[in-house]
Amino acid sequence: MQVKINGKPEEIQSGTVLDLLKAKNIEPQMVAVEVNDKVLERDHLATTHLNEGDQVEFLFYMGGGR
Amino acid sequence: MEFTEEQINRYSRHILLPEVGGKGQKKIAKSRILLVGAGGLGSPAALYLAAAGVGTIGLIDSDVVDLTNLQRQILHHTPDVGRPKVQSGKDKIQALNPDVSVSMYEERLTAGNALKIIGDYDVVIDGVDNFPAKFLINDACFFAEKPLIHGGILRFDGRVATIIPKKSACYRCIFKAPPPPGLVASCQEAGVIGVLAGIIGTIQATEALKLVLGVGRPLTDRLLDFDARKTQFREIKVRRNPNCALCGEHPTITELFDDGDPYAGCAVRPSA
Ligand SMILES: [Zn+2]
Repeated sequence: MQVKINGKPEEIQSGTVLDLLKAKNIEPQMVAVEVNDKVLERDHLATTHLNEGDQVEFLFYMGGGR
Repeated sequence: MEFTEEQINRYSRHILLPEVGGKGQKKIAKSRILLVGAGGLGSPAALYLAAAGVGTIGLIDSDVVDLTNLQRQILHHTPDVGRPKVQSGKDKIQALNPDVSVSMYEERLTAGNALKIIGDYDVVIDGVDNFPAKFLINDACFFAEKPLIHGGILRFDGRVATIIPKKSACYRCIFKAPPPPGLVASCQEAGVIGVLAGIIGTIQATEALKLVLGVGRPLTDRLLDFDARKTQFREIKVRRNPNCALCGEHPTITELFDDGDPYAGCAVRPSA
């Protein structure tokens, strides 16, 4: 099915947000995940199933400033 | 307060703007803006805010200028190496515009001093380089009810967001807590393209001036991400999180605390 990840359309296996993170090799603790403009609680990553057309944002920590 | 003829000349390109005018320029002249960190982001912000005629600029930084800073921290020049950043910063600000008064805080922002310092300002600009400090600034601005212009830079990526406490999404609404220190690379390891500090820091200064003037639409409930490799901006919509530990419906953070070791690292962006 197709979803948008960080603005780009992508074909992914159906499954949960956690499955997607694993497939992309992203450590769940290093990212905030938004689905359709709503931030997911970390303990909901494994229970939130993605649907066709969902807009997923992986928001990475960006900490520098000096 | 009346402007002198020299001041009217100095700020004429502002005063010409219908959105600013003499009235707006007076608002700028009365404003007090705090820069937490007189480094990469703080440098361009300080210079443009000084040029704009901000009444008081607060600089908080406990560091001395290091040679490795000069690649991006344009507030500091080669002869400043070894001098306290707040002192070096004050000199440049006042050379650019003697109208500006500069308050120096040669210390780190901590849970102990944050509210007292921030309480004296109208707007706070985040120019710090570590997550515990970013969370502390977010929390302190929430408790002091001061607007915060958040910024971050790393490698070729930058991010800006404006946070108006109790009105728009805060840093903790999105990122609940600092990332685990073990997974974070230090700034020294990560690197940053120097000019990115200029791009993000000047957007932060723009946001601060807009708030002072009450002009336009602030960068609230949005993260503005910039990718210098592609020269592309992207806006990510965010919203207040009812479960936010700080500004949510049932807050668990009810007073200021230091959320971890401030030297725990800089930033992370796993490939995606
Ligand atoms: Zn919040």
